[in-house]
Amino acid sequence: MTVNDDVATLEEELPLMALPLDGWHREKGARMVGFAGYHMPIQYEGIMAEHGWTREHAGLFDVSHMGQIAFSGEGVDAALEALLPADIKGLKPFRQRYSMLMDADGGILDDLMVSRPGDGAFDGAAIYMVVNGATKYDDIGWMIEHLPDEVTMNHMDEQALLALQGPEAGEALASLIPGAADLFFMQSGLFAWRGAPLWISRSGYTGEDGFEISVPADSVTLLADALCALPQVKPIGLGARDSLRLEAGLPLYGHDLTPDVSAIGADLGFAIGKRRRAEGGFFGHGRVMRELSEGPVQRRVGLTIEGRLPAREGAPVLAGDKQVGTVTSGGFAPTVGAPIAMAWIDNDLATVGTALAIEVRGKRIAATVAPMPFVPHRYRRARA
Amino acid sequence: MSRYFTDEHEWIDVEGDIATVGITDYAQEQLGDIVFVELPDEGATFEKGDDAAVVESVKAASDVYAPIAGEVVETNGALEDEPALVNSDPEEDGWFFKLRIADAEELKGLMNEAAYKTFVASL
Repeated sequence: MTVNDDVATLEEELPLMALPLDGWHREKGARMVGFAGYHMPIQYEGIMAEHGWTREHAGLFDVSHMGQIAFSGEGVDAALEALLPADIKGLKPFRQRYSMLMDADGGILDDLMVSRPGDGAFDGAAIYMVVNGATKYDDIGWMIEHLPDEVTMNHMDEQALLALQGPEAGEALASLIPGAADLFFMQSGLFAWRGAPLWISRSGYTGEDGFEISVPADSVTLLADALCALPQVKPIGLGARDSLRLEAGLPLYGHDLTPDVSAIGADLGFAIGKRRRAEGGFFGHGRVMRELSEGPVQRRVGLTIEGRLPAREGAPVLAGDKQVGTVTSGGFAPTVGAPIAMAWIDNDLATVGTALAIEVRGKRIAATVAPMPFVPHRYRRARA
Repeated sequence: MSRYFTDEHEWIDVEGDIATVGITDYAQEQLGDIVFVELPDEGATFEKGDDAAVVESVKAASDVYAPIAGEVVETNGALEDEPALVNSDPEEDGWFFKLRIADAEELKGLMNEAAYKTFVASL
């Protein structure tokens, strides 16, 4: 047995932890699976039904496995700009940005949301960050190593996180918290609900309008009950979360993004603004600038697939008989009504309309490079 | 006609030397929404335990094994257009394929309905 096998076995044997809504999910009939070290709901009534409900009404997702971190102390903005390619100094109170942690070679360690609290939220912290559940301890370790002593990180594992997503999310949330519906996409605010402070941002991972709500763990059951008592809202599991984000063209860390790939190849250059590109001073800047001028070796693209056979992660992408890439996410897309995939393919083939093939169990299925998102985003933006 | 079950959650209806094979209600419930079924070619021959079909749910692909040895004489074409038949009617219209039984002795190792129910209850 190799060392890697030993490590894998050890990880599998670690007991899964329970999130604050564990019992609530089971009462709602969820099928629970192990994910990111926790027992989590994969589905309630079924992935197709839950996916469709979220696209038409509003779905409530428990994403309390994600890491919520508050940063405070002198020089936080400058210190974080050394780790993130985002414009932190220019981040106004109540505003949120998508960013990522990159290593010195520009490999992506995680993707994340970073925002500037206001109204004294999170004990007056200067920055609030949400990172992926499966990577949160590695992220924290990386940041402890690279942030100066003056910066304090508070991993707020006493906070739960809910996402309310779908075209009816705004009216649903407004019936409990009237002011929340005034937020625009990527704006946040502090609200009080039955004595609990809620930090609400208008954002999500489905391509739909919606909110992410940071709530103290001791209030999350009450809030989840109040939301699911609304006619627009049903609980939605991780299965539909994955099919929704795939249709929205949003990458999933650990699959579409890894330490082997860079922001430019991943089509995440939008998260690196003009000033940061020009000034640099963050891990991975060299690779970002090189790939902006020379192009990356491979790019993340969307693929539409002919027929009904889904192509899964790991399936080789072919041009003629030559492998030119690999599927990194794939499955049946309920709203599209056909299989779709994300893949990393050679840069020269990564233009919309390129005809390729995917090998699935020895068969070749026809695939075409497609624009993403596969289903249009319906964010509530500040200006049309 | 006799119905047998396997611990891989397949059912087998035997009529003469022909066995009709599908997956059980428990199996479809575990798999969730089925979006594609890859059926074997007619004329293919299997040993017991060979990969015979693949069921794709929204999330994942699962193998269906040949519960006994035999030759495929017919497949359920209705599943091509409507794979969700496996969810809505797994133990009747959602059948997968029919085998000409190579060795009827292999049926003796399979469960009857009562034994299968007990097996599922133990999971």
